[in-house]
Amino acid sequence: MDSPVSAEPILQIQNLSIAYPIAIGTVRAVEQVSLELGDAEALGLVGESGCGKSTLGLSILRLVRPPGRITGGRILYHGRDLLAMPEREIRALRGKNITMAFQNPLTSLNPLYRIDRQFLETIRQHEPAVTRPQALQRAEKVLESLGVEPQRLYEYPHQLSGGMRQRVMLALGLVMNPDILVADEPTTALDVIVEAGFIDLLNSLRRDWRLSILLITHNLGLVAEIADRIAVMYAGRLVEVGAAEQVFHRPLHPYTQGLIHCVPNIRVDQERLATMGGSPPDLVEPPSGCRFHPRCPQVMEICPRREPPLASPLIPSPIESAAEAAPQGGEAGRQVACWLYGARP
Amino acid sequence: MSAMFRVRSLSKLFPVERSFVDLLLAGSRRSFVHAVDEVSFDIHEGEVLGLAGESGSGKSTTGRLILRLVEPSSGSIEYRGRDLKNIPRREMERLRARLQIVFQDPNSSLSPRMSVGQAIGHPLAVHRLGDARERRERVLELMEKIGLTPASFLYRKYPHQLSGGQCQRVVLARALITNPEFIVADEPIAMADVSVRALILELMLRLKEEFRLTYLFITHDLATAKYLCSRVAIMYLGRIVELAERRELFSRPHHPYTKALLAAVPIPDPAQRRQHEVVRGEIPSAIHPPPGCHFHPRCPYAMPRCREGRPPLRELAPGHFSACLLD
Repeated sequence: MDSPVSAEPILQIQNLSIAYPIAIGTVRAVEQVSLELGDAEALGLVGESGCGKSTLGLSILRLVRPPGRITGGRILYHGRDLLAMPEREIRALRGKNITMAFQNPLTSLNPLYRIDRQFLETIRQHEPAVTRPQALQRAEKVLESLGVEPQRLYEYPHQLSGGMRQRVMLALGLVMNPDILVADEPTTALDVIVEAGFIDLLNSLRRDWRLSILLITHNLGLVAEIADRIAVMYAGRLVEVGAAEQVFHRPLHPYTQGLIHCVPNIRVDQERLATMGGSPPDLVEPPSGCRFHPRCPQVMEICPRREPPLASPLIPSPIESAAEAAPQGGEAGRQVACWLYGARP
Repeated sequence: MSAMFRVRSLSKLFPVERSFVDLLLAGSRRSFVHAVDEVSFDIHEGEVLGLAGESGSGKSTTGRLILRLVEPSSGSIEYRGRDLKNIPRREMERLRARLQIVFQDPNSSLSPRMSVGQAIGHPLAVHRLGDARERRERVLELMEKIGLTPASFLYRKYPHQLSGGQCQRVVLARALITNPEFIVADEPIAMADVSVRALILELMLRLKEEFRLTYLFITHDLATAKYLCSRVAIMYLGRIVELAERRELFSRPHHPYTKALLAAVPIPDPAQRRQHEVVRGEIPSAIHPPPGCHFHPRCPYAMPRCREGRPPLRELAPGHFSACLLD
């Protein structure tokens, strides 16, 4: 947890591009994104709706629905390219090595089957030889460690409360002891007190199970509670990556600055919230150069002409005073795609 | 400050739908959801009163009751000294121009077949205010004020051609076109993107000054309530458990439920990360709510007498009410 970038990434996304062809052109949902997930790290992928974050999450297990298509790049898991694997092999990885948790547990649980049957199916998919009592014992253990009474196994999804369903869904994903959890807005359907319990649960899973988490969300409060590192997406591109505290306390990209300053914080008395003009662009014909330039308060002459590369910042932020400058080495792993920070055209 | 609304012992029971089998087994006993259970509060002229709570706490039903979109089971709502019950239908219809509501999801509250101009001008047509040309002018003028620009261009657009933020502005404009004095805003930003939320909140504050509005702001997000509201009422299972002026409530919360809610709000700052003191369990069923104080099964301070009888909402400090036996 100390170093923002772990020595050995468990998952490496390289130059990933995903497109959805539609009637009036092609939606470039994800373009040239490179990102690493460290071992036992929690990485928060944040952005507004339509920025491509969910599509990116789905692509890791090759679950992007047609007509969406991965048009380029690699996703390396323990050195092997998930995108080049035969279907049979990726299916074996799904749920066993890499698992997903979604927003709405009701759409992930089968309403017609009791919970025990859903566990049996998942376990036997990967280990056909497991007997029923063995499988149920494993299911009970996972449920217990997630704070669900084992007797819930014999109930149907509709008999469980919202928070309980979310835990059961997570338990189903974790019963094969995966090492990566991709969680897409896992708490959106939950009330705030239940959400707080879920946050504690995710944090303890990381510790106890050495689970690496890719948390995909628009909820900055949630990210701040869980993530070690944060990656910010805008209009299909990665615009900033850094340790959570750096990104929240010294956001570099004008979009990140806008995003962080427009969220109400209950611990602070705010007179006014910062606001961002405009709205996210159309991804069929995105703006030229930096995609944020039409909304950017610090736009420069170069911005509409050339796209800034995602690179380490060479000069400190113009809004940052010398006293607040980063301590030695504190910006390790910091990357930003903005012409303000000295990147060479 | 004078009270625009005086709500007293307001209740709403919804009968629970039963199947034929239930009828056979349970006989003729009917069960009810106590959506709103004897709530009393005032809404002062010019304030933003927040109604906050988790899903199922009755906050949205309370908002609808005040506008008589749902008829109360019992209790009274006084609007400027008159009981809403006694206002005849005709007059109530006219009154609706002055009392408006904005819903959570702009997409489902806008007709996909009505253009922006038609949608915003629709209330004028319903209330037969002005002729077609006057209506059009008023709509365009309001669109400018609310930031739906270029107004004459957007006037002919349809909801699917607009961004989420623009849709929410259309909904706000439609509520404002009849020049109301009171607006119930039911989670108006819950569906919006992060950057749009701040814009809508700022806009609502600006419009409040410009149009001298009074808001009832319904939300599950306490950080937003703290930002926007003058006073906040916390609801739990149909009852108000605490009500106070904003600063007072957030700096000196009394009720254990309010404290639990406040402790659970995620803080958008990694430096303030902490282990939560999580209250156990989830909000119970409103069909068979726990006896006594509804919160006692989850309350860390519960005592035996919390099970007996409803704790009264008492004034602890001027304007600060809490319903807990510990106070």
